Amino acid sequence: MIADILVLACLAVGTFFNALGIVGLLRFPDVYTRMHATTKMTTFGSVFTALAVIIYGGASYLGSTDPQYVILSVHTLIAAVALAFTNALGSHAIARGAHRSGIKPTPAVVDRLEEVQP
Amino acid sequence: MIGYFSPVALILVALVCLAMVRLVLGPTPADRAVAVDTVNTLIVAVLILLGVVYRQIIFIDVAIVYALLSFVSTLFIAKYIGGEL
Amino acid sequence: MIAFFVTFLLVFCIYLLLTAGSGTIGFWSASELIAGAGLSIVVAGITRKFLCRSNNYRMANPLRLLLIPIYLLGPFLVEVTKANVDVAGRVITGRIRPGIIRVSSDLKTDLGIFILANSITLTPGTITVDIDEKTHDLFIHNINIAPGDEQKATVPARELFSIANIPAWIRRIAE
Repeated sequence: MIADILVLACLAVGTFFNALGIVGLLRFPDVYTRMHATTKMTTFGSVFTALAVIIYGGASYLGSTDPQYVILSVHTLIAAVALAFTNALGSHAIARGAHRSGIKPTPAVVDRLEEVQP
Repeated sequence: MIGYFSPVALILVALVCLAMVRLVLGPTPADRAVAVDTVNTLIVAVLILLGVVYRQIIFIDVAIVYALLSFVSTLFIAKYIGGEL
Repeated sequence: MIAFFVTFLLVFCIYLLLTAGSGTIGFWSASELIAGAGLSIVVAGITRKFLCRSNNYRMANPLRLLLIPIYLLGPFLVEVTKANVDVAGRVITGRIRPGIIRVSSDLKTDLGIFILANSITLTPGTITVDIDEKTHDLFIHNINIAPGDEQKATVPARELFSIANIPAWIRRIAE
């Protein structure tokens, strides 16, 4: 019963943040601000959906003692860790490439990188 | 409990379709790269959920490999955008 | 030789984690163990120069490795949650004040800079755009610059985080 509520809560949080990430991707004005929405919020949301699967696997293992559910949890944990690391690195690479190709942050208060790297 | 997972997977697929709008509209190549990166993240989440719905652990192994390969492709797209390739 | 052994151990552990539950020796079958060891030797032979590039084996200490999950589940998780709620509010209201600022980090090692850059990308409304290779300063795109910060030449990394002292944690882990 408690596991039921936890799984539902994790899925709700994950879906909410994923949806807001997509809204931010469609709504924000330039590349860098869009990247804020997608990187942070879809990573957080996807890790929470994975967490729901991990909790489901643990609860099902306690109910039935089928080792298949432990394998499910461990593999999902590995997938979530890989996702969190690769997303941060990938968005950093895209930001660097975008600035090198000459895309300026259009509504910007200050741009210290432009002074160093023409 | 298993009935919760398939509606969430459906919602995430709808979100992938919304991200495709930015992929088509995006004024610069970097916008499109960001949209592709987002789609990849969501696909990994959908694969994990489908692995539970269909009771196939192989889906989650596919998700791990997909996450790592999409990371490599994102790095190469970023290098190409930055003019270093 | 030490680099080869460390890489081999890491690759073999990941292989064992992915194939757990396949047989009766511990959790693994004999064929999985043999195939894993053979593949790990091949992979470690090819990639031994990449993992231990600095020839510095400080991170092989298990106590230091134990600090990483504590850091990820403690202060880092709090900051990530706060940052996500913050950006969620900005998506709904649309109130942003973006710009790129220069942040001084005073971390020396490559690993420390790596962890700090990734923590910054995932936490407080900021993304690492570029790194100054000589001075180890980070260029950071901030979605909401605090009033007055756009005049400063460099901002210390401590001021980006509001709850936990993330740079001090990273110094404890990586230096």
